[in-house]
Amino acid sequence: MPEKRIRVLIAKPGLDGHDRGAKVVARALRDAGMEVIYTGLRQTPEMIASAALQEDVDAVGLSILSGAHMSLVPRVLELLKANGQGEVCVFVGGIIPQEDAQVLLETGVSAVYGPGTPTTKVIADLRDALVAA
Amino acid sequence: MDLIEKAAAGDTLAISRLLSEVENDTPLGQRALDALYPRAGRAIIIGVTGPSGSGKSTLVNRLALALASNPEGNALKVGVLAVDPSSPFSGGALLGDRVRMRDLGTLPNVFIRSMATRGALGGLARAAEGAAQVLDAVAFGIIIVETVGAGQAEVDIARMAHTTVVVEAPGLGDDIQAAKAGILEIADVLAVNKADKPGAEATARSLRVMLEIGTEMMGKEGADDAARWQIPLVMTCALDGAGVDELKNAIWSHQRWLNAHGGMEARNRARASDALERAAREHLFREWRQGLRDDVYRAVVDEVVAHRISPRKALERLLKT
Repeated sequence: MPEKRIRVLIAKPGLDGHDRGAKVVARALRDAGMEVIYTGLRQTPEMIASAALQEDVDAVGLSILSGAHMSLVPRVLELLKANGQGEVCVFVGGIIPQEDAQVLLETGVSAVYGPGTPTTKVIADLRDALVAA
Repeated sequence: MDLIEKAAAGDTLAISRLLSEVENDTPLGQRALDALYPRAGRAIIIGVTGPSGSGKSTLVNRLALALASNPEGNALKVGVLAVDPSSPFSGGALLGDRVRMRDLGTLPNVFIRSMATRGALGGLARAAEGAAQVLDAVAFGIIIVETVGAGQAEVDIARMAHTTVVVEAPGLGDDIQAAKAGILEIADVLAVNKADKPGAEATARSLRVMLEIGTEMMGKEGADDAARWQIPLVMTCALDGAGVDELKNAIWSHQRWLNAHGGMEARNRARASDALERAAREHLFREWRQGLRDDVYRAVVDEVVAHRISPRKALERLLKT
């Protein structure tokens, strides 16, 4: 019988071409029973927000290794809000310095994950954030 | 305004949320399908199917781009429903068709929705029909439905689409594969994709032979040549867009043929009666199952498990209780 499933968009904004981390998370979320929409490399914030809107996702995971997170992430948050999706849970994975992570969390990102984070933590955090909501 | 009215007025977020309600089969989703049905029935539904790796998504990217930027007549809104499989184990899914549809993501008149099969086996998502109906009702003139990678038996798309495009690629099978029943039989248009790859001509040749044999056999049965649709075979290369205009033209020719020969009416009738049958089956099953006590049901299942009675006999017994 059909039921509500958690839908998550996994996207790689910006120009770095390393998507192993994004694929690992996508695969782990799939195995946790979620529907993962994977968009591939080199997405602009506009493409990501448009995909989130059309796919009616509950969460957006951004994988960034390029160092451009301080411009890309706030832009995605802004576009989501403009589309009426301000409540969507946004999490970030990649190489993010501690002080930047703090700022991102303050601007509305739900979590920032560094290298070596167990996927079980990502899954548990998402479930907590979305099921409680 | 409620969600249904907002969607009907063209609000993208409302359309997207409504698709989720339909997909989750919620009371609101069911109400939306009832309310929107009278507004639907105008869209042209194009099915795209074929084996995994034949390039369906990349070709849909090109096709949708061509249809959205230069449709016949005025600018139409194009909806894409891209189906990928749900895991039978976790129920989760990795929906990756958007990776190939980069050119469509931010076009204002294109809407892409990825759908997981959620247990359906015919190559489509459980709610694909409902989702198409929502898009149809909110003024999408063309709806492209891309099935999961399909082999020989996933032919549900033919019941849903007005025009079914079967995408083949070189290196996937010999001429006996082309003669088997199933997916090739549902083609209104055949596309041999990856036409730049070695072996593409050979693949096209064996498919053409099958099409010719089919035509000859029907000729002997006395079918009227002029009234019969001749399945066109188009060579495409989705990566660089070669052949996409020919594919588009082949689809429009098929549409014109359907309209000229009453095929549209026949397909819509078959589809409506199919939908009614499916709704009846689900409803009657639910009613019947809810009227049965769990312990009674389980006891009969136990009998079947133990091979004391066959499933058919078990049903007879349950129908009498």
